[in-house]
Amino acid sequence: MSAVVLQMDCVAGLLGLAVLAVVLSRSRIATAVIYSATLAVSAIALAGSLRWLLGGTADATELTLPIGLPWLGAHFRLDALASFFLVVVNLGGAAASLYGLGYGHHETAPYRVLPFFPAFLAGMNLVVLADDAFSYLLCWEFMSLASWALVMAHHREAGNARAGYIYLVMASFGTLALLLAFGLLAGPAGDYGFAAIRTAQHTPYVATLVLILMLLGAGSKAGLVPLHVWLPLAHPAAPSHVSALMSGVMTKVAIYGFIRVIFDLLGQPTWPASVVVLFLGGITAVMGILYAMMEKDLKRLLAYSTIENIGVIFASLGLAMAFQANGLKLAAALAFTAALFHVLNHSFFKSLLFFGAGAVLTSTGERDMDKLGGLIHRMPYTSFAVLVGCVAISALPPFNGFVSEWLMFQAVLQSPDLPQWALKIMVPAVGAMLALAAALAAACFVKAYGVAFLGRPRSVAAETAPEVDRYSLIAMFILAALCLLTGILPGLVIDALSPITIEILGGRMPIQANEPWLSIAPIAESRSSYNGLLVMVFITMSASLAVFFIHRFASHALRRGPAWGCGFSDPTPAAQYSSGSFAQPIRRVFGTLVFHARDHVDMPAPGDIRPARLRIELHDLIWERIYQPIAGAVGFSADRLNRLQFLTIRRYLSLVFATLVTLLLVLAIWS
Amino acid sequence: MVVISDILVQGVQMLLVLVLAPLLTGFVRKIKARLVRRQGASIFQPYRDLLRLLRKEVVLADNASWLFRVTPYVTFAAIWVAAALVPTFATGLLFNWTADLIAIVALLGSARFFLALAGMDVGTSFGGIGSSREVMIAALAEPAMLLIFFCMALVAGSTQLSTVANLMASSYVGLRVSLGMAVIALIMVALAENARIPVDTPATHLELTMVHEAMVLEYSGRHLAMIEFGAFLKLLLYISLIACVFLPWKIALFGTGPLSYAIGAGAYIVKLAVAGFLLALFETATAKMRVFRVPQFLGAALMLGLLGTLLLFVSRSF
Repeated sequence: MSAVVLQMDCVAGLLGLAVLAVVLSRSRIATAVIYSATLAVSAIALAGSLRWLLGGTADATELTLPIGLPWLGAHFRLDALASFFLVVVNLGGAAASLYGLGYGHHETAPYRVLPFFPAFLAGMNLVVLADDAFSYLLCWEFMSLASWALVMAHHREAGNARAGYIYLVMASFGTLALLLAFGLLAGPAGDYGFAAIRTAQHTPYVATLVLILMLLGAGSKAGLVPLHVWLPLAHPAAPSHVSALMSGVMTKVAIYGFIRVIFDLLGQPTWPASVVVLFLGGITAVMGILYAMMEKDLKRLLAYSTIENIGVIFASLGLAMAFQANGLKLAAALAFTAALFHVLNHSFFKSLLFFGAGAVLTSTGERDMDKLGGLIHRMPYTSFAVLVGCVAISALPPFNGFVSEWLMFQAVLQSPDLPQWALKIMVPAVGAMLALAAALAAACFVKAYGVAFLGRPRSVAAETAPEVDRYSLIAMFILAALCLLTGILPGLVIDALSPITIEILGGRMPIQANEPWLSIAPIAESRSSYNGLLVMVFITMSASLAVFFIHRFASHALRRGPAWGCGFSDPTPAAQYSSGSFAQPIRRVFGTLVFHARDHVDMPAPGDIRPARLRIELHDLIWERIYQPIAGAVGFSADRLNRLQFLTIRRYLSLVFATLVTLLLVLAIWS
Repeated sequence: MVVISDILVQGVQMLLVLVLAPLLTGFVRKIKARLVRRQGASIFQPYRDLLRLLRKEVVLADNASWLFRVTPYVTFAAIWVAAALVPTFATGLLFNWTADLIAIVALLGSARFFLALAGMDVGTSFGGIGSSREVMIAALAEPAMLLIFFCMALVAGSTQLSTVANLMASSYVGLRVSLGMAVIALIMVALAENARIPVDTPATHLELTMVHEAMVLEYSGRHLAMIEFGAFLKLLLYISLIACVFLPWKIALFGTGPLSYAIGAGAYIVKLAVAGFLLALFETATAKMRVFRVPQFLGAALMLGLLGTLLLFVSRSF
């Protein structure tokens, strides 16, 4: 059985499960049956795609089904790029299913989740496999709608209906952009197969338009600023394992679409295009993490941090485009590998963190960090796994987030070879923005972990939180282990990604398996190298050495006492540092510019006994300056056009007549 | 045989940084005291402080978690590993290629991440104020640091410290405007990273002026000893870093034999002494700035790094 057939069988299995879930929906065993079945199917699909990716040189395999457009059929194809993204999709799917086995039991209305969950997974698989524009768009819409249904699973909770509505609007807008992009690519001949598009010659005019449309279409799905507005609303609204899939995996499917069209179908990129992508990536990274820093809702914080990571990935892709446009194959392969590596890493730790947020949500019923605290005592295993996720996402060695950021900085350091002045100046500036984003990410996750898991509990729910079930814990620990493994053995991942860079860019990074001691050296060891394994071993050794000496020679005495409060111990846990107070220094430094942030202090006069209050004023300028005017304009014109609904039949007929004549006139003048 | 001698040199370096770090801090304190006409404690006082702390019992807050108890060892280990990977008296150490400049800085970032978490663990306001300000300073220092590295990498064509030091030690580089800007910027960042005046002051125990000290306020006994030792090592690390990149005078090149190693070690100690003296002089002459002036200070470092980089784009000979 060829590899693509196996993948399509898995998709068929997932679609079958969606139907089965509808049948079973009210039965008590439905949750266990559906999630274990999706786990099995995702695991098979994962094994298949992993085998294909690691298997090496095999050529792309194709499959044509006699559905879809009658003269075209539905084409599906498995190549190196698709197989990598299938690994990401199915690994995320398997982990989410495993987590769902435990988490799903807390669902009040499982019949609103179960049918759509396998359908969503199938949709994401299909988008990656599609090999013609028609089936691509169809599958894209299927994926969007399935995820929309999941966002609306808890439709009665405050704000979720609005989130679903905004998501629907933005998703339709994105699909419209993609539709136009594919229309331009297919040209007047209208050959929608990817194979035909790939071989066709595209004028620079078309290439520019396609780039803009792809940035709008794929960018809105991935969460590029300023198209990100739906993401922090919709991702947290879904059940947590679905949030993990949407943030960790679905954004990656959007990135797949961008790579497929811009790098593969469009052919050689041009350098002005790379400037746009670099700039958008840098802005997205910084803005995303600043938003996250201001947030006190745990799941929304994670959603904003997804925007940051998408920015990092797009910036790396922009770098790859810049190098590729100038024929610097090695540097392009380095930047492209960094982007793909970050795609993989982000799917690991973002899923892990959303699972952790879900665990907190089931145990305490709270997403507001200012009502949590001290969970490290009550939920020790969850806390440990989430800590690993936080360290990994903050790009700290020896975990995986650092490796992809390091590769990206190495790619940034290659920029002096670029001939264009705009790029020479742009790339270091974007590099500094990415460094800022990385440092702010560390700050943000110190805040998230410190406020939610450390300190004293701020509510009864946090004080009495139980540990979560073992399926959820296993899912979290598997992902945590993957974060560490890919961090200490990055060379294996880089080598596994090389077939993709060969396929897409025609170049590759040096073979890392030949480096001594499993270290990685992107260009040459004398230029730069990093060895996660040895760093890990050294830290463990020196820490053990320190512990050994201290426990051998120093005092063992330990006494518990109350915390030191300078003579005035905090009477209430509410007086601890909250998420708002932790963010205060960064709000003052960046927020005054970016959010027009102001702190209003209401200090009562002496003798007055009402409490003093501090109010923080923040503005989401993108929403207020871009979206609200558009929404206002749409509402205004809708009000005006409303009159057309109440005309007499004669007026309607004359309207139709006038329209027809105008259209015919336009056509006559045009040709 | 070669491997054994390599391991030996690497081991000597690891021990050397451990031995010299408290001495350096003691020396800086002594000079500072003398500059304001105090007698000052002996330069060996930091060793005594560490031993005293090790002998004392640990007083742990009631709700401190395991993270609070693990953090001192993790931060110490991360800083020690980072300090062992910077060439001090010799380049081409056995494990130099384990981590380049970016990775060394990221290791220090790991140490800071855990310290900031530990500051939040007990749930007092002091820990929170310290942690939140520390991460703000880090967020500002990191982009500046990257641009400085960028400038350095443009000249040396590498971020591998050994390679950079080898190149800078050769006469090929010479005096450059861009490197001058980079060294000033790096010193500014190093002052911020090490919680020195004018960004933070290591000697204060006045609550509202503390950043680093507020974060570790709850620590005592052997835990505090580990954290203090880590801070000593970090100061030594940054001075070694600046010395090996911008002043690789008499640094022993790879495989040049025991005699040059001895000369290199001697030169290294002289460099530390000079740097320590200058640091003390600078700290005595300036005042600590308000915490919200720090962004301007570090912004200046960022701009210097950017200017240096742009100058190098204009001409490689600047």
